[in-house]
Amino acid sequence: MSAAIDSHDHDDHEHHGAPKGIKRWIYSTNHKDIGTMYLIFSFLMFLIGGLFALIVRAELFSPGLQFVQPELFNQFTTMHGLIMVFGAVMPATVGLANWMIPLMIGAPDMALPRMNNMSFWILPFAFTLLLSSFFLPGGAPNFGWTFYAPLSTTYGPPSTDFFILGVHLLGISSIMGAINVIVTVMNLRAPGMTYMKMPLFVWTWFITAFLLVMVMPILAGVVTMMLTDRHFGTAFFTAAGGGDPVLFQHVFWFFGHPEVYIMILPAFGIASTIIPTFSRKKLFGYSSMVYATASIALLSFVVWAHHMFTTGMPVFAELFFMYATVIISVPTGVKVFNWIATMWKGSITYETPMLYALAFVVLFTIGGFSGLMLAMAPVDMQYHDTYFVVAHFHYVLFPGAIFGSIAAVYYWMPKWCGRMYNEKLAAVQFWLSMIFVNLTFFPMHFSGLAGMPRRIPDYSLQFADFNMLSSIGAFGLGLTQLLFIYVLYDCYKRGKPVDAQVWDGAEGLEWTVPSPAPHHTFTVPPVIK
Amino acid sequence: MALIRKLTAAFAMLSIFFTGSLVQAIEYNMTEGVTEISQSAYDIHMLVIYVCTVIGILTFGAMFYSMWAHRRSAHPTPATFSHSTLVEIIWTTIPIIILIALAIPASITLIDMEDTSDADMTILVTGSQWKWHYKYLDGEQKDIEFFSALTTPREQFEEYNGPGATKNENYLLEVDNSLVIPVNKKVRFLFTSDDVIHSWWISDFALKQDAVPGFINDGWTNVPVTGTFRGQCTELCGKDHGFMPIVVEVKSEADFSNWVAEKKGEIAAAQAAAAAAAAKSWTMEDLMAKGKEVYEVRCAACHKSDGTGIPPVFPSLVGSPIAIGPIADHVNIVVHGKAGSAMQAFGAQLTDAEIAAVVTYERNAWGNDKGDLVQPGDIAASKN
Repeated sequence: MSAAIDSHDHDDHEHHGAPKGIKRWIYSTNHKDIGTMYLIFSFLMFLIGGLFALIVRAELFSPGLQFVQPELFNQFTTMHGLIMVFGAVMPATVGLANWMIPLMIGAPDMALPRMNNMSFWILPFAFTLLLSSFFLPGGAPNFGWTFYAPLSTTYGPPSTDFFILGVHLLGISSIMGAINVIVTVMNLRAPGMTYMKMPLFVWTWFITAFLLVMVMPILAGVVTMMLTDRHFGTAFFTAAGGGDPVLFQHVFWFFGHPEVYIMILPAFGIASTIIPTFSRKKLFGYSSMVYATASIALLSFVVWAHHMFTTGMPVFAELFFMYATVIISVPTGVKVFNWIATMWKGSITYETPMLYALAFVVLFTIGGFSGLMLAMAPVDMQYHDTYFVVAHFHYVLFPGAIFGSIAAVYYWMPKWCGRMYNEKLAAVQFWLSMIFVNLTFFPMHFSGLAGMPRRIPDYSLQFADFNMLSSIGAFGLGLTQLLFIYVLYDCYKRGKPVDAQVWDGAEGLEWTVPSPAPHHTFTVPPVIK
Repeated sequence: MALIRKLTAAFAMLSIFFTGSLVQAIEYNMTEGVTEISQSAYDIHMLVIYVCTVIGILTFGAMFYSMWAHRRSAHPTPATFSHSTLVEIIWTTIPIIILIALAIPASITLIDMEDTSDADMTILVTGSQWKWHYKYLDGEQKDIEFFSALTTPREQFEEYNGPGATKNENYLLEVDNSLVIPVNKKVRFLFTSDDVIHSWWISDFALKQDAVPGFINDGWTNVPVTGTFRGQCTELCGKDHGFMPIVVEVKSEADFSNWVAEKKGEIAAAQAAAAAAAAKSWTMEDLMAKGKEVYEVRCAACHKSDGTGIPPVFPSLVGSPIAIGPIADHVNIVVHGKAGSAMQAFGAQLTDAEIAAVVTYERNAWGNDKGDLVQPGDIAASKN
């Protein structure tokens, strides 16, 4: 081992610690600092995206147009979706990956630290570009986050080109981040940590990274086709030139369906980490969890057209995509059953990360049930593009992916800053989120089933009651996240110092380093038996 | 399925009981609709809901039991098991069996839904921003065609400066010309679009198909009851996506025949009136009055009542190079539209007199003071 030769360098690092001032952040190649930046950035985006959602909900509070014109309404729904998907959910999980993967596999840092810096620093520029489009003539993109052609090509506002460039930048950032995770996991695992000994969070992120590397280029492809259609005379999506608007949807959803698993798989890993800790019992069926995650990822490539049952596909294609889609509920069910079996005969306590993880299991499963309903092609003709779909994907995204990320923040925050958050306040924050998330999104099932189309700024009178409930819930949910900021600030400033082993039932290498985790960890790799 | 319907009925009764003080029970579930297809869609919907409810009760029941019984204070020493191949096999196999059981009725209904053969009549449905166009393609009703657009007045939904006018019962779900079809006939629809993708949906028929520009999709329905059925566009199609409803009137065969005769008469009368209007020489005053009327209905959604538009997508007409430029260019863009933009070709949608009036209006309103007078005859010339 070369540890003896390198020891001078290591000592040097330990001695100088983190660089001071703004340069620490701009030039950072440290996985912990970059992880922190990702998390703060994603939270900022979460607040901006949330603000857009509240504008939408304010307009939908009662029938009639009170606050925003329909064209501005469309800009807010579009930007809400784009910001939440690409700015909040994805960077949050990348931040967690940056912080935790090296700590969990006993690596000193990510394998490609400079690329790590670049993949983060692209994001602020990409989102500045995207958000600046509000101030352009014609306003921001207004064609929905799915940007279907030809509404986004021939009929798109001038800012569509900013959007295209922004998506390219986000794609580059995501691909670099994903490559970094793959290379790190394949090369920097501590001696003795075989693949089947990796913590499940590392596994789910490893699989997520493969999904990212495979589908982000497809997103880049589809926006490039838009760009050439708009400016260079091609006609990929115009029938008059030999193209097909439905081709857009096939290419988009070939990216878009794996994308939903990119957002949810890391949350699966988080639940699989937190539930064993607070049940004080090993994860049930570790290997089946790994295989289930891999199956979900593989199946996600052959289900894309279930978003397109009304586009006029041949009936055999519809049957195929219906069958492929319902099959996904099998590995997903396996995961849920395994989480419950993990709790079974455990010794369970209910700290805030556990509360969030359990809410995740229940509410994600409800989102899974509505997903199964949507998979039934003949009934999807009724559900498609109604609020039922909005309810479904918000159930898997908010109490799914976002609750997962919040659970992770509560779980690892004491390790990051060496201090414990205020358990009482955090529990209040959880219960408020739990109540309001359901008040916001559950009534959307009803308004959707009753026939309310999505993406409309005004609606007929029979939908008024459910919309009012959703709007009240949304404002409560938004305000509750301000309490989240306070809980984190309070933890960082005034929390009680904690030991290395923050949670008595927690296992894993991250608990063997001191709290707060020093700037450099595992400069000498630990050995796993 | 009979049990399912009884359970649903009981549930509905219960909900009416709880909401008894309201004039009308709140809609919270999918409609059963009026056709065989919509009934099967509803049955599958309820079947999946009940299956999910049972799975949910069992799964969450086990989870909540464990949360309570295995809390640390009651169960201080955790068990150590962490694997069982047998249960893994069980909870993989059972869901597969359930899914197959669900997929069978779903496949049968789907295949029925997509079978548009042996239709009694065919109607071409064309979406455009933000109205529908219906054209009957065969039978006695052949060649009847008309546009169908929202009639809810703007003052009912524009509430930026305080509450608007009292909303109609069918607020946002009412149109000027409903689509009319006969009862108990298999009606085949062809869907296409002039601009972006729209989607035509009547939930009572469980019929939703995208209208894709440049392509034709099809769908069908066979409605066994007469009545009026309402729906909306369900694919984001731009600014007024929320304002392009669909209304279908299902009439008895006799009433349908009467309607066809009446509609044909109306169309002939309208053509005669258009010809008369086109032949006559209009005064400035008449053109401006007529032009304002047409403008408010056809143009104001994008170019705004005051002509300022929403630049750059919907350009302002006030002092614009078109509105104060050569008359021929102005007429040309109204008649033929502008390729690659949201500006539609109005040549087929408006009569010559209407186009003449609206062009005159645009050239002389909101401070545009060309003083030009465009006559219907000028339009006919431009169309050729």
